[in-house]
Amino acid sequence: MSAVITRRRLIAGAAIGVGGLIGGCDRLGESPAFRKILSCGEQMNLHAQRLLTDRDALAREFSAADVSPFFRGNGSQNPDSGAYRAHAAANFATWRVTIGGLVQRPLVLSMAQIRSMPQRAQITRHDCVEGWSAIGKWTGVPLSLLLDQAMLRDTARYIVFHCADRIGGTPYYESIDLVDAFHPQTIMAWALNDRVLPIRNGAPLRLRVERQLGYKHAKYVERIEAVASLDTLGTGKGGYWEDRIDYEWYAGI
Amino acid sequence: MASTAADENAIEAPQPRRRSVFRHRLSTRVWHWVNALSVFVLLMSGLMIFNAHPRLYWGQYGANWDRAWLEIGSSEAEGYLKIGNRRWETTGVLGRWEDGRGTIQRRAFPHWATIPSTYNLALARRWHLAFAWPFAFGLLFFMIRAFWNRHVAKDLSFTREELRARAVWGDVKDHLRFQFHHREARYNLLQKASYIGVIFGLLPLLILTGLTMSPGINASAPWLLDLFGGRQSARSLHFIAAALLSAFITVHLLLVLLSGPVNGIRSMITGRFRVRE
Repeated sequence: MSAVITRRRLIAGAAIGVGGLIGGCDRLGESPAFRKILSCGEQMNLHAQRLLTDRDALAREFSAADVSPFFRGNGSQNPDSGAYRAHAAANFATWRVTIGGLVQRPLVLSMAQIRSMPQRAQITRHDCVEGWSAIGKWTGVPLSLLLDQAMLRDTARYIVFHCADRIGGTPYYESIDLVDAFHPQTIMAWALNDRVLPIRNGAPLRLRVERQLGYKHAKYVERIEAVASLDTLGTGKGGYWEDRIDYEWYAGI
Repeated sequence: MASTAADENAIEAPQPRRRSVFRHRLSTRVWHWVNALSVFVLLMSGLMIFNAHPRLYWGQYGANWDRAWLEIGSSEAEGYLKIGNRRWETTGVLGRWEDGRGTIQRRAFPHWATIPSTYNLALARRWHLAFAWPFAFGLLFFMIRAFWNRHVAKDLSFTREELRARAVWGDVKDHLRFQFHHREARYNLLQKASYIGVIFGLLPLLILTGLTMSPGINASAPWLLDLFGGRQSARSLHFIAAALLSAFITVHLLLVLLSGPVNGIRSMITGRFRVRE
């Protein structure tokens, strides 16, 4: 056996093997069955974190000295619909946020009403799925307050955020479960670094869900909906990017 | 070093006499291959994830307008790697290269180094975060097993004789001359040092810096942020550790080839290693 395997052949064989493996990884990645196996990783990450870590653990809050000099925007940075531009021209005095779905008391709130509600300010780090981070001070109303006022029905399991920005013609949407929805740092923010939220960062109202990656933090929020299941939302994976390019729904990692 | 050619002849001729010794336990062999596969996938999918934001920072935060200590990018005609204030042209490999179809791409790492070979952050993350599980738990089980069965104490720990200056220098000289002593099928000093460094240093560092990039883990284990000096520092350290691990793998594979690849690979599959009397 070893008489046949020379060093040169072994190197050539290894090179072919590695080349084949890499090509094979691309093919595997395209196979639905294999993607299902890879997706087990997401489920394991979600369940491991929910099981082993404190569900109410707070994201780190930083000091004013730690704030990024410039908080970059990403994704939609200026929704181009006529309706949104009209709201922006009116300083969002005309903006309304509805809270509906599986609630006993549906609400319609103006920005003035939202700004007059009890507020929470937090200096936290925003992590993009791409790898960069920015630190900023967010001020807004705790989402739990809004949900308590609207009185969730027992069947509600997820909170869906419907947004005014469109990407490729489709309005952006995202969803979180009730563990994150009632977390004390989950707020609907209307100010960044003590100024009115810039359009780049989601004016007039955006979600902050501090223990997850940036694409979960829906911007330009118009409608908050309590649902029992995500199956009928988009193609059923719970968010715009989840449905289109298969980002993880649980973005805590 | 005279290994392969001489070994092959030796199979026909009965002289010199050889015997085979048991060298690798089952736990070592299983972990080695599970880990090899996981590391292969993690390194390459990691490079694809890096391509989504090919800049590294120190500290808690870092984005495009902040100062990066390492950057891979491209100008009109060339790709480049920038570290601090130094800049190297890397056209063809980093920053600007041709893909399999001959199209110019302006991503950091080239298609042959990433999983998947095309830009796909979502899929690369799925590979990376799935294979992180066998990587982390494989290492944990191996560590427990290796302490339990005294693999660490008997095979990987330094003996007093080995640490004498003359012995250390002798071992370094032997390596430089490509003289590998495998009569006892035991590890030499530099082997032990690199295995200990990788198993108890680099691999745990990769796992911990990886976890430090998770906003969920940051909330429940904020001490990790303090340990590494922030999420962006952890990301930089993760990348540096991956580079060091790649260097280890390169040397490891080279030494396997130089010291008798058939015998080495067989012993990591069957456990039995041939030694000359």
